[in-house]
Amino acid sequence: MTAPAPVAVRMTGISKSFGGIRALDNVDFEVLAGEVHALLGGNGAGKSTILKVLNGVHVPEEGEIVVGGNPLAAHTPEAARAAGIAMNFQEMSLIPTLTVAQNIFLTREARDARGMIDDADSVRRAQAIFDMLQVDVDPHALVGDLGAGQKQLTEIAKAISQEARVLILDEPSTALSVSDVERLFVFLRRLKEQGVAIIYVSHRMDEIARISDRATILRNGKHVITAPLAELPIDVMIEHIVGKKSKGLADVARGDATRGEVLLELSDVTGPHKPEQVSFALHRGEVLGLAGLLGSGRSALARVIAGIEPAISGEIAIKGQKVVVRRPADAIAHGIALVPEARATQGIIPAHSVADNMVMSVIGRISPWGMVDRPRVRAIADEMIQRLQVKTASRDHAVSTLSGGNQQKVVIGKWLVTAPEILILDEPTAGIDIGSKAEIIRLVRELAQSGKGVIVISSELSELLTACDRILVMADGRAHQMLDRAELDDPEETDPEHALQAAERRLQIEIQEALSIKEANHG
Amino acid sequence: MAKAATAPAGAFFANWRQNIIYIGFVVIFVIFAVTLNDKGFLNPNNLLNIVRQTAMIAVMAVAMTFVLSAGEIDLSVGAVAGLATVTVAMAISVAGPLGGVLAGLATGLAVGMFNGWLTTKIGIPSFLTTLAMMGIAKGVAMWISGTAAVPILSPGYSWVFGGGSVGPIPVLLFWIALVAGIGHIALRRSGFGRRVLATGGGETAARYSGIDTASIKFRVLVLSSCAAALAGMLYAGRLQSGRFQLGEGDELSVIAAAVLGGTSLFGGKGTVIGTIVGAMMIGLINNGLILMGLEFSQQLIARGGIIILAVALSQKTR
Repeated sequence: MTAPAPVAVRMTGISKSFGGIRALDNVDFEVLAGEVHALLGGNGAGKSTILKVLNGVHVPEEGEIVVGGNPLAAHTPEAARAAGIAMNFQEMSLIPTLTVAQNIFLTREARDARGMIDDADSVRRAQAIFDMLQVDVDPHALVGDLGAGQKQLTEIAKAISQEARVLILDEPSTALSVSDVERLFVFLRRLKEQGVAIIYVSHRMDEIARISDRATILRNGKHVITAPLAELPIDVMIEHIVGKKSKGLADVARGDATRGEVLLELSDVTGPHKPEQVSFALHRGEVLGLAGLLGSGRSALARVIAGIEPAISGEIAIKGQKVVVRRPADAIAHGIALVPEARATQGIIPAHSVADNMVMSVIGRISPWGMVDRPRVRAIADEMIQRLQVKTASRDHAVSTLSGGNQQKVVIGKWLVTAPEILILDEPTAGIDIGSKAEIIRLVRELAQSGKGVIVISSELSELLTACDRILVMADGRAHQMLDRAELDDPEETDPEHALQAAERRLQIEIQEALSIKEANHG
Repeated sequence: MAKAATAPAGAFFANWRQNIIYIGFVVIFVIFAVTLNDKGFLNPNNLLNIVRQTAMIAVMAVAMTFVLSAGEIDLSVGAVAGLATVTVAMAISVAGPLGGVLAGLATGLAVGMFNGWLTTKIGIPSFLTTLAMMGIAKGVAMWISGTAAVPILSPGYSWVFGGGSVGPIPVLLFWIALVAGIGHIALRRSGFGRRVLATGGGETAARYSGIDTASIKFRVLVLSSCAAALAGMLYAGRLQSGRFQLGEGDELSVIAAAVLGGTSLFGGKGTVIGTIVGAMMIGLINNGLILMGLEFSQQLIARGGIIILAVALSQKTR
């Protein structure tokens, strides 16, 4: 870029709070026409909030948005779309039973002379877009029959067909294979040449390094730095992303775990989709972390162990005994409990009471002769409410009336009721406040100390580092490397907060390395 | 779950929307008692008639409460009841009353297992499975009976199944009490009932919790067909014959009774007591409208309007 490119988007002084928590604090963000601009930051840094502000989903409390030289008239999705802002959706906004062309022009179909929808015209225009981008997607194909990569390209073509001048891509590569990512990049470079501004969000530093021109890093709702990518090597990026956070976690004492016998052992376990040939051992008294990006197979591994998606090959052994886990009930019988990632659908029944949810996994055990022992239900619920300090008006209130953190405690309580020896927690602190987070991490440590084996999955590295004794790094469904928590510590560093940041940087680097090994294997 | 039965009086009125069915029942009863007193509404015979006319709906609606609570639906109950009247009547003529009872139960079991198998193993939604079964059951009933009524010549059978009475109290009232009692305890107190509510309330969470949700759905559909067969046996006993037309269209009244009583069409929430009151309310309305001297066409319109009003009032939103 020689001549200064025109500014496509200028956001100045954007602030936004949710229930007293400042998600964005006086953030400036500027994207030029014809550049790929990476937006980076850890979980909770404010990336998705600022994108939603730009997209008109959230109304900022302060600040101004100028698109293509004109101030945005209103903070609504319609106004944003009219200004030429388009965004891909993680959950795919495509209708599987319609064709690619029909999806691209949905609600904007061309009409023929009699006012009927002219599908042939849609096909022609869709083909023109794909031709322009030199990618091969059949406009006649049903979206339901496409692979993830082609769906993603269709999604993007839909955005382009609306004459988008600003294209927001939120983790577009998560569902894509390596060759599809390549194709996407070719596509993006072409768009760029046409002067479209592209905002690219990804956790994969290697991708960022390859596609972006500039990057903006956010941390704790604040703007940290905007710089050309040439000035941001990966380790510098990670340093800016990690920064000085993790307050409230650093003070959780890790304590020395006394590792006991092997509780759970996996040998070459392969699931229906993921994971692939994963082997590891979990000992009594330890917390094992699973680290990796979205789609690395961490949650799939948890579902395999818990019998939700039974393994198709490999062996699972509990205390040295080979076991077969075909259904969730098998896993529960073997003392395995999974606190699942999607709390609202997989964890609880929101409309049912706290007590009913707590006993859901043990109905059989507390129903002698088929009749539920109701005093026992009350006793179990009260005990767990007390033990986990669940804040609820009563055990008879619907779980939906509780806060996120307390709902999560109900899920954890429900599984503790089964008296598991092996407890798996998948993103146990997602979407809950920092106070409850520290409480849950502390609970995890206590459970391990009481002789259980605990597996924790988390995208927040500081959390993994605080909770775990060992960390398994996963990428693309495979176990990449088992790290001892102590290895990640710098013996020179004495300040606990700095030590945690240093460890987080190292773990980040390991995760990114695992990814690049995967690409090398494929490439 | 509705807490109506256990909540103190204050909470009862605070949650008036949830308890609209009980309030509505009393209000309608009082209105009819005042306006139709001279036409014999409060005559004990008339009140017992309401019970006789609603018994079969009530029996089927109790099972429907389980089906809806599990997040499924059964549209075949009316047709299955009709089929059962025919199989029972035919079996009695060759094998006596006991054979009739067995034939009725076998009819319910066979249809229910087929519905359950199609829904849980083949994966056809229960709405479609049971819609198809509605036609199949009626067709089979017409075919094996040659569309003619099959008389039942066993006074003992007729007495037990719907025709008899103990003093002034019709045997049908005992059947309602029996089915309602078992249903209420099973839904509120048994492990099975909890699993049914969990399956309908959040199928994924229930499955993650180790509940075999497919088996629960299978069982509620079997339960529903067996209840429909029992209702058919009661029809047959009361009318001393088996006819394919018996029970025709009952599925709508049965579902309306459960929904009026506070059972959610979307699963996870159900109450047997509410369902019984809902069934009685439908009977009450039918009876009152007849006593008012409305024509059948007018009755249909009035009944539909009252049901819509009651369900609309019980909705939480707005």
